[in-house]
Amino acid sequence: MSRYLARYMVSRYFSSASSRPLHVCIVGSGPAGFYTADKVLKAHEGAHVDIIDRLPTPFGLVRSGVAPDHPETKIAINQFSRVAQHERCSFIGNVKLGSDLSLSELRDLYHVVVLAYGAESDKDLGIPGESLSGIYSAREFVWWYNGHPDYSCLKPDLKTSDSAVILGQGNVALDVARILLRPTTELASTDIATHALSALKESSIRKVYLIGRRGPVQAALTAKELREVLGIKNLHIRIKQTDLSVTPADEEEMKTSRARKRIYELLSKAAAAAKTSKADPDQRELHFVFFRQPDQFLESDERKGHVSGVNLQKTILESVGTGKQIAVGTGEFEDLNCSMVLKAIGYKSVPVNGLPFDHKKGVVPNVKGRVVSHTSGDISQTEPGLYVCGWLKRGPVGIIATNLYCAEETVGSISEDIEEGVWKSSKAGSKGLMQLLEKRKVKKVEFSGWEKIDAKEKQMGIERNKPREKLVTWEDLLAAAAN
Amino acid sequence: MLGHRISRFGSTIVKQLAREGYISTYGRRNLQRSYGHYLPSLPVVPRQARTSQEAWFLKSHKFCTSSTTSSENGDEETEKITIIFVDKDGEEIPVKVPIGMSVLEAAHENDIDLEGACEASLACSTCHVIVMDTEYYNKLEEPTDEENDMLDLAFGLTETSRLGCQVIARPELDGVRLAIPSATRNFAVDGFVPKPH
Repeated sequence: MSRYLARYMVSRYFSSASSRPLHVCIVGSGPAGFYTADKVLKAHEGAHVDIIDRLPTPFGLVRSGVAPDHPETKIAINQFSRVAQHERCSFIGNVKLGSDLSLSELRDLYHVVVLAYGAESDKDLGIPGESLSGIYSAREFVWWYNGHPDYSCLKPDLKTSDSAVILGQGNVALDVARILLRPTTELASTDIATHALSALKESSIRKVYLIGRRGPVQAALTAKELREVLGIKNLHIRIKQTDLSVTPADEEEMKTSRARKRIYELLSKAAAAAKTSKADPDQRELHFVFFRQPDQFLESDERKGHVSGVNLQKTILESVGTGKQIAVGTGEFEDLNCSMVLKAIGYKSVPVNGLPFDHKKGVVPNVKGRVVSHTSGDISQTEPGLYVCGWLKRGPVGIIATNLYCAEETVGSISEDIEEGVWKSSKAGSKGLMQLLEKRKVKKVEFSGWEKIDAKEKQMGIERNKPREKLVTWEDLLAAAAN
Repeated sequence: MLGHRISRFGSTIVKQLAREGYISTYGRRNLQRSYGHYLPSLPVVPRQARTSQEAWFLKSHKFCTSSTTSSENGDEETEKITIIFVDKDGEEIPVKVPIGMSVLEAAHENDIDLEGACEASLACSTCHVIVMDTEYYNKLEEPTDEENDMLDLAFGLTETSRLGCQVIARPELDGVRLAIPSATRNFAVDGFVPKPH
């Protein structure tokens, strides 16, 4: 008799409160979005997670940012796909927050909304000539060669001269330098967009200058990427020996960061090797230019409205306490000629209606991922049920793995809030979202739609000896998804 | 609350049994699904892990209901060591790992929450583990430049950090304790407090 009672109690339990569905919507399907989804699903048996993205294709910068010659970095897609295929998870693409539905509508439909849509804009220099043609942000150029549907028509000018200037010395700067200088025979077997490969085959760019306003110890690039570029065949690296002298402040910085130290050592080795290499015509060169900050862009006399060079100011470093050094202008200037400039000085997030935003830092104000409504004194009041993760939360820094811990923190906050019972009302969740999208005639793309795009790209890739041939227009992507 | 506790208790039993190898891969998945637990699904695994998974399956054939293998001496021939994973809640989870298997594979075999985003290609740092005792850290081979490049960027990097995909089980590592870094906990190693990243 007691056995039946126990079984009855257990079965009654499973239909009770704690397995009542928790409706979660994550905006953005890059690493931040997927790691958040993964952790929410693992932490809460009753959670149903919808991941929406404005593109028909998931994976964010893993698909559109990681360079074509870095396929191992894209393997992360396998784990993200497993999450998307989980029975309590749905990917819904081609749905844009701010256009197809508002943030407040989303918050009405879901108990928890996590914004993980990254940073789709750029930092500006705010110097004269910035709007001349031939000047692009690295983000635009990367999206162009990676086949992002918003930038397939960029048509960057690669034929006017042999020189391109890249402002910034982080990994994005190295990526774009590498794509400009790698032999196209090597690029031909990657997933680079065909329109980019064709343009690069006709490119006259042979010299790329990576400009940093500080020194080699402060360069933002990392060892793996530097090692890679130093190892490219027939690519000559140019680094001035004088730029490599270190100050006591530099020594301090290297002491506190093993990464800095290893990068400095690599650059020193490269400078020494550069001295012995012979110059040869049609060789490709990568110049590391330190202690220079752009003052203005120069306009071409022959082609009005087009850039012909950058006016650079020499800098020296000044300590600002806490081991940090900043660049300060010396009043000495020099010109560097080029026909293309890529700004790789950092991304910036874009706010949406109804979302508290710190325009100075370019992020959503938050405490451990909980969005802050306003702050008075020490107390921060947070928006119930609204969270952030990834670059929108931390700024556009870090690597893919950084999002793992970022998501852990945000999901920790969500779990704490659930335990406190902050949401007692029931929400419509997925069902409500589908009804809304139907009403607004939004052509959503579910994960199965992405799988069709994926299959088509891979099929086309086989024909050209590439891992995939990307579909690069909205029409083609939506057509393949609906097939 | 009772049902919740029963379900957790049941899943703990299932996990424990799975670790000891008493339940076949297939059996474990079914049992855990009925407790409503989310499991990373097993079909897509890196090639290395697949063969050791097959080996593990073959070894535990004695306890599963459907077996077509003929390997009878698998258990005795492959030597195993004990690796103790310390999860973000500080819970110590000992697992048996065959010699030659990497720490990352061992974690996945035993449902330890260790990410391996690039599937052992040395292109990420998500399988970062902290060797809790410097004595064991010193027994490991020096990391290669490529591993060090990835470690440079690892969250919560310590003096005894390694990438799980590069640490291979060997007899001298028996009993090693490996902590999984967490956003909410920092692990002291031999009393040493790691610097935040």
